Amino acid sequence: MAETNGTQITFLEAIKQAMFEEMERDPAVVLLGEDVGVYGGAFKTSEGLLERFGWERVIDTPISESAIIGAACGMSYAGLRPIAELQFIDFIVCAFNQITNFVAKGHYLWNAPAPMVMRGPSGGGVHGGPFHSANPEMYFVHTPGLKVIYPSTPYDAKGLLKAAVRDNNPVLFFEHKFLYRRIKGEVPSEDYTVPIGKAIVRREGKHLTIISYAAMMHTSLEAADALAKEGIEAEVIDLRTLLPLDEETILQSVRKTNRCLVVHEDTKTGGIAGEIAAILCEKAFGDLDGPLMRVTALDTPVPYSPPLEDYFLPNAKKVFDTAKELARY
Amino acid sequence: MPCPYIGIEADRRMQMATDVVMPQMGESIFEGTITKWLKKPGDKVERDEPLFEISTDKVDAEIPSPSAGVLKEIKVNEGQTVPIQTVVAVIDGAGSAAAAPAPTPAPAKPAAPGAAVPAPPPAARPTAPAPAAAAPTQAAPQATPAAQRSGERIHSSPLVRRMAAEHGIDLTTIPGTGAGGRISKQDIEAVIAAGGAPAAAPPSVTAAAPAARPTPPPAPSAAPAPPAVSGGQVHVAFESAVPREKMYFGNYTVEPMSNMRVRIAEHMLASKRVSPHVYSVDEIDMTKVATLRAKSKDEFEKRYETKLTFMPFFVKAAVAGLRAFPTMNASLDGTNVILHKEINIGIAVALDWGLIVPVVKGADEKNVLGIQRTLNDLAERARSKKLKPEEVQEGTFSITNPGVFGGLFGLPVISQPNVGILGLGMIEKRPVVINDSIAIRSMCYVTLSYDHRVVDGAVAHQFLHKVKETLENWSEPVL
Repeated sequence: MAETNGTQITFLEAIKQAMFEEMERDPAVVLLGEDVGVYGGAFKTSEGLLERFGWERVIDTPISESAIIGAACGMSYAGLRPIAELQFIDFIVCAFNQITNFVAKGHYLWNAPAPMVMRGPSGGGVHGGPFHSANPEMYFVHTPGLKVIYPSTPYDAKGLLKAAVRDNNPVLFFEHKFLYRRIKGEVPSEDYTVPIGKAIVRREGKHLTIISYAAMMHTSLEAADALAKEGIEAEVIDLRTLLPLDEETILQSVRKTNRCLVVHEDTKTGGIAGEIAAILCEKAFGDLDGPLMRVTALDTPVPYSPPLEDYFLPNAKKVFDTAKELARY
Repeated sequence: MPCPYIGIEADRRMQMATDVVMPQMGESIFEGTITKWLKKPGDKVERDEPLFEISTDKVDAEIPSPSAGVLKEIKVNEGQTVPIQTVVAVIDGAGSAAAAPAPTPAPAKPAAPGAAVPAPPPAARPTAPAPAAAAPTQAAPQATPAAQRSGERIHSSPLVRRMAAEHGIDLTTIPGTGAGGRISKQDIEAVIAAGGAPAAAPPSVTAAAPAARPTPPPAPSAAPAPPAVSGGQVHVAFESAVPREKMYFGNYTVEPMSNMRVRIAEHMLASKRVSPHVYSVDEIDMTKVATLRAKSKDEFEKRYETKLTFMPFFVKAAVAGLRAFPTMNASLDGTNVILHKEINIGIAVALDWGLIVPVVKGADEKNVLGIQRTLNDLAERARSKKLKPEEVQEGTFSITNPGVFGGLFGLPVISQPNVGILGLGMIEKRPVVINDSIAIRSMCYVTLSYDHRVVDGAVAHQFLHKVKETLENWSEPVL
């Protein structure tokens, strides 16, 4: 980790700084999306960028995700390195065809790489209802040709977004909106990136491994604190990148603790936990001293009703209870 | 034992009696001493009520009762030291005395004079399953091991099964403490730590005898009978070449092997059985090293606050040999030779109570000072029983030093899974012919025991020669 300058910034500020610095560094970097210019972004992640870089590089678009991604893809073919913002990541599926059939396959089919970033606010816990709370990361984890990032701290958000802009592959970058203003952290004053495809051990432990990412990272750490008071030392891994998945860090930890719990805010069926379970079975079967367990959202759309949403989402209590069950197994 | 009756009987007993075991009070703790019993047989105990006090290398502690009931039997008396997981007492569930017939242990023979045979020796490995006919009354009294559940499925995990296979442990003999009686990693680790043998006595007629409690002061006897069969003698590794009766004559005392002694014995037997040993001897002129050491040792100690011995020189020389002949730095798995990239040298350390081989990891990356410091630290902690398990593992070659006890040279047994071990003789001044004149030189015999499956004589002798050459032409400064 690079030296930090001691100032605490929010997750949201980290995103803004990353875009600002990358646009300063490389004139090929442009930003396009709904309300990113004059309004400064629905969450103010692009505030001030239009004033600094002008309308040719900070582009307000019509309300059409398909057009945003399609245009960004074309720009990338023409030598630019666009950042396409989705105002709410739920609507990324409107551009599903553009992303999966063109952006992801172009390099493979036509030797046409698309160095572009698709980013936007995702996730629940803010009572946004079924159309403004989605975690659609797994549609894209299942799409070869893409990279998928979902950070949990301002440091990682900034470092990974900068790495994403510089990456020659199309990268999806999910920003959990619950973290935007709630999570603060130190970032270095100088330029830095965080490597894509590398998980990080957020807490060391020996009794079981908890694997998580994004907002659930903080939930998992909270549960790990409570577990420690009961003498259960959980190792907590933040995946940070979902595609490519850092198998090495996962296997190394589970070979040590022999038990694994995956926590994600995405719904259960087809979530990353299933993929991790398969990897452990294939590569670490003889190291398992218990079944892989998961704490995830329920297999329903995100409820609009606040009490129902609370019931739907994982929380520290659920993680704590499941971890205890696994430790006792 | 596919007899439904036995299953029912065993199950009922299991619900009613609880074994109390010597707990593991730390990662590298293998045994504990009972300092005080807080209850007597017949006393009622509540769950979690203090039952006895123990003392281990690391801690003294009060141990709570694992269940409520009546303390039925104390198996290990005050002052006795037993391996972890040894059953030290049995607690009967309330009202069970009337319902369940007390299990009948096999009659123990009178103990020999002076023979204090403690509770189930640690090394007891299961013998063949008990004949079905004997089981209803003989079914091991102090056991919850899965074996007695009459063919009931054993719940473990892939990890536990792998560990059991690696350590040659029969899972049917291990009591599980996981959910639903599952054998967990902790359970099998405890058994491995206790010497790779199951904690409870095996369910056989022979092995029921160790249930004999420490005997009362023995009556003098003109013709002492052999002591009651102890678990050590049913251990697969320990055969006797003569009938047991022929060993006991005249006056004698009998001392059970310590846990460590048993493990050393097992390891030595296994090594001799598995590896065809060949021995080569060479003679090294240590004058140059001895002169350097004599010249530097005071300054070395002053500067680094650690004594300079000959051992780091031998370690460095062995490293040079291993680098030149990587097949010496290997292990054999079936027909695959594993060539280790790390050079981790195990150094035999003699203890008052046995022998242990802590490992200097990455010996090839250390200088004389680094090796000496590591050696002193490992040896000191070996003697104060503070070595961590990982510090005696992953050695790729070993060195032992019989010379320190005055041996001209020794022919050591290979420490598995290595393929070689270097034995150092005593360094002494001897007359030597150099350029047709007789000179007084510091000479030392070194021996190499090697596994002939992997290493042939040509390589072994070249290795030894490299060691010799490195020491005789020593050039590295030590200060």
